[in-house]
Amino acid sequence: MAETTAESSAEQPATEAPGAAAEPALKTTPLHGAHVALGARMVPFAGYEMPVQYPTGVLAEHLHTRASAGLFDVSHMGQAFLMGGDHATTAKALETLVPADILNLAPGRQRYTQLLNEEGGILDDLMVTRSVEEAEDGVLMLIVNAACKDQDFAHIAARLPQGVRLMRADHRALVALQGPKAAEVLARHCEGVNEMPFMSARQTSFDGLACHVSRSGYTGEDGYEISIKSAHAVAIWSALLRDGAVKPIGLGARDSLRLEAGLCLYGHDIDTTTSPVEAALTWSVQKRRREEGGFPGAERVKRELAEGPSRKRVGILPDGKAPAREGTEIQAKDGRKIGTVTSGGFGPSLGGPLAMGYVEASFAALGTELDLLVRGKQLPAKVAAMPFVANRYFRPPAGSAS
Amino acid sequence: MSDTKFTKDHEYVRLDGDMATVGITDHAQSQLGDVVYVGLPEIGKAVTQGGEAAVVESVKAASDVFAPVSGEVVAVNGELEGAPSTVNEDPLGKGWFLKIKVKDKAEFDALMSEAEYQEYLKTLS
Repeated sequence: MAETTAESSAEQPATEAPGAAAEPALKTTPLHGAHVALGARMVPFAGYEMPVQYPTGVLAEHLHTRASAGLFDVSHMGQAFLMGGDHATTAKALETLVPADILNLAPGRQRYTQLLNEEGGILDDLMVTRSVEEAEDGVLMLIVNAACKDQDFAHIAARLPQGVRLMRADHRALVALQGPKAAEVLARHCEGVNEMPFMSARQTSFDGLACHVSRSGYTGEDGYEISIKSAHAVAIWSALLRDGAVKPIGLGARDSLRLEAGLCLYGHDIDTTTSPVEAALTWSVQKRRREEGGFPGAERVKRELAEGPSRKRVGILPDGKAPAREGTEIQAKDGRKIGTVTSGGFGPSLGGPLAMGYVEASFAALGTELDLLVRGKQLPAKVAAMPFVANRYFRPPAGSAS
Repeated sequence: MSDTKFTKDHEYVRLDGDMATVGITDHAQSQLGDVVYVGLPEIGKAVTQGGEAAVVESVKAASDVFAPVSGEVVAVNGELEGAPSTVNEDPLGKGWFLKIKVKDKAEFDALMSEAEYQEYLKTLS
């Protein structure tokens, strides 16, 4: 989303999407008409015309999500099902492409991972969910980034063994409901979802319409992603918006929310040159995979785990009030360039500027003093812990769920 | 008696004698969205017409504010540091950025009048 939002300027008219003329065939989601009716400012994003903000504006949308519940259309993202004869067969096929332990993913559980290239660089990041239904043993649901979906699905399909196939789910819409009131709101339509632990998923129904709900998101808040047939998207969108606690949230606030939560944006904070270790995503490479390898780039990942990476993704808090945007040079106190900001801006809940970027590993320790070169001036900053704003994921007490 | 003119970059400049008050237009603030940071020049800085004079950042983006006229910066609106949203609330009033002591009034005279600026905005949509 930063491609569109960071480059929009005062010169651009509100009613026309900048750059739209050069992209004649922008796709739309099933909720496009709903966004326009709400007065959204529509911009091109990843080949789709998407709402960057509604009339209330990015700041209010961001704060509303943290205080109540925000509704996001993320139907542009890529949904697909990976299907094999049984879980072990499907999991092993996917494990040849990603560094996460998929084999030991329990039914109804979800995991974050990355598609890696042979050099251990990240082709995309994705969510993998194992179906909870016994009849669907061997089915994994994949959700990938919109801008990468065609390449991702081609990449996966070309590398599957006999008996495992990938089925795109382009007929499905995806909406996210995020924030402290998300659980009570959604439970009015989907019975029992308030009891689901973070990173779990189930088939359920929304006011009688079949849907797939996972307790996850991209904001750092408690919340859900709801996958539903495109034909039913408007019905659930409208039903959720009728709730006084819920407001629609555009891509602008989605970006500031995920930045405060310390979450990576593909193509910015992670790309084909960054490894999961450099990106500080080693938590997503489970022990068995670290030991056994068997995924693209495993040698690099193992080596970086053992010896430490040469550079590392860190959180950065500027001392002053000026935001440092993507591309800002990061300098050591002696003026030497040691890295680059990959995402940066203003955190509405933090009440100040924040950034993330890559620095030489020796500068990655928390509290390390740095300078950010903003408009030719060195602005003092420090390496800071992420998330910048505490996560509020729902994890029930041990024993009540796996 | 003051007179206000406008630029194609959506700055306004209000002239009182040889003192020009500069800010961004209502159109500009609405396009930017919520302003979260304003970077102001040092007092005494010499600015030239069309050159960088200040910076305004919304949640989404950073934009330059250009000097509509050449001269010397003689005052800046320090209130904006603590309350940048004033730019959204009252762009033509309390949300002013800086004051310039004007060198050449002809530069001011050549800028767009309010009516011309409104016509110009129509060509953008």
